[in-house]
Amino acid sequence: MTDRSVPIRDMRLDAIRAKVLEGTRLSFDDGMLLYETDDLAGVGALANVVRERKNGNRAYWVRNQHINYTNVCNKFCKFCSFYAKPNGPQAYTMDMDTVRARVLDHIDHPITEIHIVGGIHPRLPFDYYLDLLRTVREARPAVHIKAFTMIELQQIQIVAGKPMKDVLVELVEAGLGSIPGGGVEVLSDRLHAELFDRKLDGVEWLETARTAHELGIRSNATMLYGHVERPEERVEHMVRLRELQDDTGGFLTFIPLSFHPENTELAHLPSPTGFDDLRNIAVGRLMLDNFDHVKSFWIMNTPAVTQVALWYGADDVDGTIHEYEITLDPESGKKQVLSRGQLLDMIREAGRDPVERDTLYNIVAED
Amino acid sequence: MRLDVVADKVYAGERLTFDDAMALSASNDLPRLAHLAQHVRFRLHPERVVTFIASRNINYTNACWVQCKFCAFYRLPRDEQAYTLSNQEILAKVEELVACGGYDILIQGGLNPKLRIDYFESLFREIKARFPTVHIHGLSVAEVLYVAKISKLSERETLIRLRAAGMATIPGAGGEILVDEVREAIAPYKDRTDEWLGLMRTAHELGMRSTATMMYGSVETQEHRIEHLIRVRELQDETGGFTAFAAWSFQPDGTALQPKRRSTGYEHLRMMAITRLMLDNVPNLQASWVTQGPKIAQISLDYGVNDFGQTMMEENVVSAAGTAFSLTPGEMSRLIRSAGYVPKLRNTYYDIVGDPDSLQPSRPVEPGRGVSDSTTWDADMRRRLNASQSDSNAQQEA
Repeated sequence: MTDRSVPIRDMRLDAIRAKVLEGTRLSFDDGMLLYETDDLAGVGALANVVRERKNGNRAYWVRNQHINYTNVCNKFCKFCSFYAKPNGPQAYTMDMDTVRARVLDHIDHPITEIHIVGGIHPRLPFDYYLDLLRTVREARPAVHIKAFTMIELQQIQIVAGKPMKDVLVELVEAGLGSIPGGGVEVLSDRLHAELFDRKLDGVEWLETARTAHELGIRSNATMLYGHVERPEERVEHMVRLRELQDDTGGFLTFIPLSFHPENTELAHLPSPTGFDDLRNIAVGRLMLDNFDHVKSFWIMNTPAVTQVALWYGADDVDGTIHEYEITLDPESGKKQVLSRGQLLDMIREAGRDPVERDTLYNIVAED
Repeated sequence: MRLDVVADKVYAGERLTFDDAMALSASNDLPRLAHLAQHVRFRLHPERVVTFIASRNINYTNACWVQCKFCAFYRLPRDEQAYTLSNQEILAKVEELVACGGYDILIQGGLNPKLRIDYFESLFREIKARFPTVHIHGLSVAEVLYVAKISKLSERETLIRLRAAGMATIPGAGGEILVDEVREAIAPYKDRTDEWLGLMRTAHELGMRSTATMMYGSVETQEHRIEHLIRVRELQDETGGFTAFAAWSFQPDGTALQPKRRSTGYEHLRMMAITRLMLDNVPNLQASWVTQGPKIAQISLDYGVNDFGQTMMEENVVSAAGTAFSLTPGEMSRLIRSAGYVPKLRNTYYDIVGDPDSLQPSRPVEPGRGVSDSTTWDADMRRRLNASQSDSNAQQEA
């Protein structure tokens, strides 16, 4: 008789089901099998066990705004459509008046988080980053500032000419609250050499995250999938994140990112499918047993898949996302945004309880 | 728990009731619904195969007096945007299809007061004379009923004459929701439930196969949808004439009906699972990538769907209501494979006729209205397709 609580079709998943029900950690080989099996619904059912154990029926969302302060970047990652070459026709860098205006544009929205990331601009001084944080904090003192991927932090450290620890302390004094999870892509030497060799490597990314966590600064971790990475590289990525999390406990959320090939050097590749999106969320949920949260970032995965993902391991949908410029709506070429009402409808229709959170998962409101 | 009782019936192969379907409708547990739907899907189709057909849509007229509130495609017969394609234009479209290796046309249009049976007889005869192996899947129930009326013929006589002219199977479009109070609300001048089912019954009795469809997400309730499925199931018990079922969500842009909320992919997956579980006697269930997009359409393969529908070449009806996803045969195959299934080409009777690996896009998808798509494959493939299709026709005649 089929186990009613967690139905699987592929009986090779039986041992993993036993481990999941007991709460035993999954191995690298387990991760490989979760990628290999055709039984995605079975993988989803297993991920849902962990999802409901950790987060009950809650689905988190946040009211947030993004500021992408520059698209100038000297890293030329093959998977990126956002960067402009320095002095290129479409290059921009926001001055402080622009940053302040962007914040004030949304001052009537009850936003709790401003997410700030940009390209690696070789000529911005340390003071630019400090001013950026101070400007946002002055314009909107109550908001939490989540800023600068580990890649940007490395650049900031270079221009600051100080140890990373000191740089982080100064950034926190200027307003930094936490660190987003981008820039890690996939923790693999092969992929680093092939796709983003000018950017810091996996060891450096993890060490930067460790330094931040040791100072009490929380961060997220992402995984960019659907380009040329292999399943074993995804599993390895998850295992390495899990190891660091065992040491520091500093990661808040794991965020698989669905690659968008349009306008990148990898434009010949097909887009990740709905199966890919759900599977990476589900496997992430199962492997990363020491992460509290797994997010389906609706801008990358589409709102439709995100709603479904709430039953495949995801407990977070990100948020309203004002002013996101990195991947535009493929149809209209415009910035994408969801209203509070749309987010609540999406979560409620899927039978989950919407909870508005702030960046650190403090509850703002249970609707 | 009520759902456990339903699950036991599914595993035991028992038929589900209206109340069982309501219990399924109350569950949000997607992986569980997927698991149950897969139980039925793999009982009917044990192999991990997903089919589709290399076919073209031809909408011969948009002139229509019926004014269905959910439709953005029609123009009133005197509207300056009303069109009727000439036989020459239609033949040119068929020629394009055949040139790139297609073998099936889905021909449907509005209820145009000027087009009586002789128009269709001459059109179908011309198509068959020039392209004898092309399968004509066409004229939906509403069109056949209307042609019968304005030609002063019985339904049976109309079907016999259309079939003699070359129309082989009947698409299930216009099923909408087979509950009269819903039909009155969304399409007051169109056929009622018993008329729709009656025409299908006559066609099946004559040996013509058809599909059945459902358009959900307008004004109906979940109860109405389930009643629809039960009406289809009852007729199928009588005739066995339905080859497949397709369900798509109402696309409101440009129509007279504006629902408070739009149907979602999440709702579609649940609808597909419930449909697969209720329609235990209809062999095939189609994906709706035109309305749902490639991601949700692919995921629906885990929710009871075993067919990816048709390569349309053009789509004019749903795209008039604001939704126009397009897929090439190569992309359809990739989505199917990436979900762990093997893609196969089928004919209108769901016989497997070929391997889409030998399909090659012959020109890039052109930007513009609807779906633009074309395929080529080798002569050997075409021969096999034609042979298989003649066999099916022969079986039908028998």
